[in-house]
Amino acid sequence: MIYIISGHYGSGKTEIALNLARSLDKPAIIDLDIVNPYFRTADAAGLLSELGIKLIAPSYANTNIDIPALPAEIYSALSGEGNTVIDVGGDDAGAVALGQFNRYFTGHDYTMYYVINARRPMTESAEDTVRNLRDIENASRLKVTGLINNTNIKNETTTQVITSGQKLVDEVSEITGIPAVAVAGKKDLLSDIQTHLAKLSLILHLNFPWEEGVLQ
Amino acid sequence: MDKVLMKGNEAIAEAAIRANCRHFFGYPITPQTEISAYMAKRMPKIGGTFLQAESEIAAINMVYGAAGAGVRAMTSSSSPGISLKMEGLSYIAGADLPCVVVNIVRAGPGLGGIQPAQSDYFQAVKGGGHGDYRVIVVAPASIQEAVDSTINAFDLADKYRMPVMIIGDGMLGQMMEPITFPETAGKALAEKEWATTGTKMTRKPNIINSLYIQPEELEKIIMARQKKYEDIEKSEVKYEAEGLDDAEIVIVAYGTTARIVKAAMALAQKSGIKTGLIRPITLWPFPKDIIYKTAKKAKAIISVEMSTGQMVEDVRLAANGACPVYFYGRTGGAVPQPKAIFEEIRRYA
Repeated sequence: MIYIISGHYGSGKTEIALNLARSLDKPAIIDLDIVNPYFRTADAAGLLSELGIKLIAPSYANTNIDIPALPAEIYSALSGEGNTVIDVGGDDAGAVALGQFNRYFTGHDYTMYYVINARRPMTESAEDTVRNLRDIENASRLKVTGLINNTNIKNETTTQVITSGQKLVDEVSEITGIPAVAVAGKKDLLSDIQTHLAKLSLILHLNFPWEEGVLQ
Repeated sequence: MDKVLMKGNEAIAEAAIRANCRHFFGYPITPQTEISAYMAKRMPKIGGTFLQAESEIAAINMVYGAAGAGVRAMTSSSSPGISLKMEGLSYIAGADLPCVVVNIVRAGPGLGGIQPAQSDYFQAVKGGGHGDYRVIVVAPASIQEAVDSTINAFDLADKYRMPVMIIGDGMLGQMMEPITFPETAGKALAEKEWATTGTKMTRKPNIINSLYIQPEELEKIIMARQKKYEDIEKSEVKYEAEGLDDAEIVIVAYGTTARIVKAAMALAQKSGIKTGLIRPITLWPFPKDIIYKTAKKAKAIISVEMSTGQMVEDVRLAANGACPVYFYGRTGGAVPQPKAIFEEIRRYA
């Protein structure tokens, strides 16, 4: 199965993609972010290789070169039968990179999540969020199949922050008809939340150099 | 107000808007492009002006014009783009105009690279442009501090009629943290009597100029400006200090590097080494007095930077030989790690 993780800038796509990949059998993860040069899937390269997750990233990710060239390996990952998670860049600008692979998705099943963080500027209202979602669908020429509530303010996130974000996700779901499928967050926060949705408990990978568990 | 999660670049842009900046002129460059992108989206909605100039040189000169007309104006870029702006900055300083310039620093020299650096310290505090002039340089270490510093930068610029630079490394521009915006709505701005707003036949024309033919006349103007700079050195120095009372080793570091240093200090504490930190928040005016005071008690000072050693020169001048001053740094886009800084602390303890 191919899982596509899309969303607004800073909605938490990369952490969702990394955690989802960790839960799958023999996964590959494609870092398709051609927009953001910092804090990306390729930052976790060392850990991914320890976990047996194949990373396919732009050849120049995390180097000093500002050229987002995509590697040819993407084609073989998309034509195979295995589990592949695609971490898309933010907004429609990032989703453009996905559009060129459209022929791999026509007639095939795929799951495309749209990640929502209600505490991010520009996607605080349902109207703005739906517009962003539609822009991403148009740019990628694909349809979102599920919404994930990843509302957070990093270390200061509380259960109240997550549940208040659910209101926005439900509104977007009502307007678009796309089902909300999961709520994401740290394990201890999710355990206090009453919901019929799947809980996606996150282990965070992209830390600052001054935080514990620094990735080298 | 609820906290929001914002990237440093977005937060700086929003803070400028909250400070009543309605004129932004820029040109994209990694890793500060989100400032321009955010301004492009927001300015048209609030009746402001966003203009993507044809070059960085054009953008700073648009700021020059807008500032002369008395409005709050800003431009932003990253290192190579800031180099291009230096001529304009010198003219703005020479015409005594207020403006805010943001530098989200990447590795240099030349095109260098897009990863974080602090190797524009010399350029920011020692001029960059030509002539006897100064720029107030503020170096936030968190996104909240970036917000507060940006809002304050516009006030400082207006108060002293001079450019203020916000300097952050690429990491500060790209990382996200929860923040709140202080209440600024409805805050009245002081009248700018010197601005070129049209005489309406009621006063003499105001003139924006940095050219003076007579040496004595120019000298007088420069010396008056020096007096202003002396006042700023007395009243606008900002720094954070930690553990200075009984520290053997004191580290001087600014911006995100200071946060990495704090992780290294925690490692030192476990090994029983007493450390202290001086984090300059204003790089100019530089917190020399606290550094000299500290140097008289400490065993050694280490300046830690993402450069090959630039601020260390000012630390040495400030310490004035009272204790040895060492340097540790990474450069080219590489970021110092807590363990490596701890090794330096242990070496000199």
